[in-house]
Amino acid sequence: MAAAPAIASATLLRGDVRSGLSRRGRAAAIAVIVVGFLVLWEVVKWVGGDPWRIHASILGFAINYEHFPPLKWAIASDLALPHLWSIIGAYGQPAVRFGPPVWQVLIGASLFTLREAFVGLVIGAALGLLLGIVFVRFRVLERAFVPYVVASQTIPLITIAPIVVIYLGARWTSVALIAAYLTFFPVTVAALRGLRAADPRAFELMRATAASETQVLWKLRLPAATPYLFSALRVSASASVVGAIIGELPSGIPDGLGGQILQDVQYYITGPERLWATLAAAAVLGMVFVGLVGLADRLVNRGRHQPART
Amino acid sequence: MTTAQPAAPAGPALVGPWASRLREALPSVAVFVGVLLAWEFSLRILGVQQFLLPRPSVILAAMVDQQADLSRGAVYTATEALGGLVIGSFLGICAAFATARWVSAREALLPVAIVANSIPIIALAPITNIWFGSDNPMSRMAIVAVMVFFPLMINTTRGLVEVDPAALELMDANAASTWQVIRKVRVPNALPFVFTAFKVATTISVIGAVVGEYFGGPQYALGVYITSEAYVFRYMNAWAAILIASAMGIIFYLAVSGLERLLLPWHSSRRQPAG
Amino acid sequence: MTEIRSSATQPAGTGAAPARSDAQPVVEISGAGKIFGSGPTAVHALQGIDLSIRAREFVSLIGPSGCGKSTLLRLIGDLIPASIGSVKVNGKPARQARMGREYGIVFQAPVLFEWRTIDRNVELPLEISGRPAAERRERALEMLRLVELEEFAKKYPWQLSGGMQQRVAIARALVIDPKLLLMDEPFGALDEMTRERMNSELMSIWRRTHTTVVFVTHSIPEAVFLSTRVVVMSARPGRVTSVIDVDLPQPRTFETRESERYFELVTAVREALHQRDLDAPGARESNGDAARIRAEGYA
Repeated sequence: MAAAPAIASATLLRGDVRSGLSRRGRAAAIAVIVVGFLVLWEVVKWVGGDPWRIHASILGFAINYEHFPPLKWAIASDLALPHLWSIIGAYGQPAVRFGPPVWQVLIGASLFTLREAFVGLVIGAALGLLLGIVFVRFRVLERAFVPYVVASQTIPLITIAPIVVIYLGARWTSVALIAAYLTFFPVTVAALRGLRAADPRAFELMRATAASETQVLWKLRLPAATPYLFSALRVSASASVVGAIIGELPSGIPDGLGGQILQDVQYYITGPERLWATLAAAAVLGMVFVGLVGLADRLVNRGRHQPART
Repeated sequence: MTTAQPAAPAGPALVGPWASRLREALPSVAVFVGVLLAWEFSLRILGVQQFLLPRPSVILAAMVDQQADLSRGAVYTATEALGGLVIGSFLGICAAFATARWVSAREALLPVAIVANSIPIIALAPITNIWFGSDNPMSRMAIVAVMVFFPLMINTTRGLVEVDPAALELMDANAASTWQVIRKVRVPNALPFVFTAFKVATTISVIGAVVGEYFGGPQYALGVYITSEAYVFRYMNAWAAILIASAMGIIFYLAVSGLERLLLPWHSSRRQPAG
Repeated sequence: MTEIRSSATQPAGTGAAPARSDAQPVVEISGAGKIFGSGPTAVHALQGIDLSIRAREFVSLIGPSGCGKSTLLRLIGDLIPASIGSVKVNGKPARQARMGREYGIVFQAPVLFEWRTIDRNVELPLEISGRPAAERRERALEMLRLVELEEFAKKYPWQLSGGMQQRVAIARALVIDPKLLLMDEPFGALDEMTRERMNSELMSIWRRTHTTVVFVTHSIPEAVFLSTRVVVMSARPGRVTSVIDVDLPQPRTFETRESERYFELVTAVREALHQRDLDAPGARESNGDAARIRAEGYA
């Protein structure tokens, strides 16, 4: 099979065209899986968790429900796996005494972390693309530096982060740089592939019209590379969120999600559902950011592809 | 105009295979030596930030000096990384076979997996510490397994499913059974995808193990060692451990690359890129 | 049957070419050769090529796979440098002609940029030459009118069929009004009916633009229908074995395909290609050997 790009968004069913579900059917199936997961969560607690004691009144109806699970699993205890409703309830409670509710705090923290992730993504993507362009133009540099680009990704971020933060100060800009570090590599790899991905005859055409290297770059290489770049940007987007969260940890910047996680871990015993609530917010942030990149992809590539693509 | 140009050399025909490989590797070796020398001597001259970024000779000395702790930590962290890598890859591949088999399962599970892959899974580290206990390597292994699971599953599924339709028609024409199609067409097709994901997974596994240890772990674990040494400003020890962790990641990566070269000598990624 | 074939040893370019005799040939190749690799594994893709093409000729290069016809085309276009000999286009070295953007090229695939609309695809060579936007736009539309696709100007390539995309590629090649047009099996990927239709369209375009065309094909009917001369090549090493003048009247139409002369010429080309069969394997068997082999019934 010819050079099929590693595009996550490409049709996943190309070899097997018996596509069983319509778009609505697919959404329904995804919903089923998510709901199934949540149901499984409570089922596990029902079978092996702590005793259920629900004494509440909803809409005027009193509910007194007690249940003693037959088994005892450490994983399913209320401390390790809080009930879904207490996690949801945690959003409404005040984060600190007499303070704003948790959901508000988390939105603020998410935006703070999002800013770091976004700036990190932009810097990392720019650097990655630049490296790709330079390496494609000058093969010698590619042979010289690519092994180190690869090796750089093996250095655990957590070990770089404290040093960066101490050197540059515990500000969101330092964290953005840490996020950039995590994001530039997928973009470089994608750029190296994408910038060379055009049909060789297209390159011949450019040569036949005596195009300069710069013209070849702008008119052929870059447009041909955009599918690869956007696919890498999706990966980079989630990596930059992770990088931002982790970057906040050593410096203990309290304003972001990382700082919030640290706090929730510290006070876990008193309120385990807080950590889960924060983690859910972090998950949502990751998904939202990746979704934004997908949106940008569709905007930039209007009209270009066949609409039948998934 | 007579253009008596010599023809472009078409590969290592005249030069021996080792000589051309050396030529290929020369630029990166030159960079390595150059950076090392520059690092060693410029810091002496500039006196820059020596406590943050010690000279190579100082780091090397620390490595020798701390070898007992470092080797113990390296083994511990490597076990977590490898354990998680193996578990996560195995489960990911199994899940891929399951989703490749049933179209409706695939259309539902794959988007969920792709979305789940964008969640900062490392943030679950505090939870696994609570589940397994922070001194238990299983805690980090679980995180690594989850981090590794999704890329493996997604890529393996793609490799099993994105098969040239003409190849499938050929198998149909030969009345091949489903199992034969899987063995003869889908699995070989999937191998390059699996190895791509596996290579990414090696770096993820080391990072996941070390970062997971930040949230808790025994004193000698590599991640804990790095941060505690950095905390008391013994940066040469921290850097020694960082380099060891990186070396671990590189060794895993090279091992997988070597395995790939063994199993997939025919693959086009071996060839020189065009353009 | 009239003997119309010229032997391999005669210099090419003799015969009744319908072009007016311009001062210099558009393409002049002497003693050209191309070698890939070196040492014992070297491949002699082309050897001892002498060819002269005058203005407004339509010359086809035909031969089996590996005979070097596409390589020869790329030599003319300076997409590959010649190993020996000289290649001149418009009186200058091929490289200079390319840098001066003096020819257009069409490949077997349309090679349109999928991210550009049709008109922007046609504009590409003018963009690279730095022509102003208004001029580019006008010229592109003019070319699209020539290939009868002007209402598709704002569409994207994926919205057009293969034959239409190839017509856009032709429009793009002609947009700089080149004296020379190079075509590398442009209709090879199309079905027979579309191909015959495209042949007729190409003929009508050629009549209107007065370009010189060098056309690579492996279809004998196509070569005879389109050309004023057919250059027959053979492989190992790649070389010209014969040149056949096609004296069919202009304009070439569907009736041309049914004339007796057309069939005679097709047969002549086919036999010229088979002649090559007898000369292979081994590059330098003399005509005497070929005659002996034929006489002994190995034909």
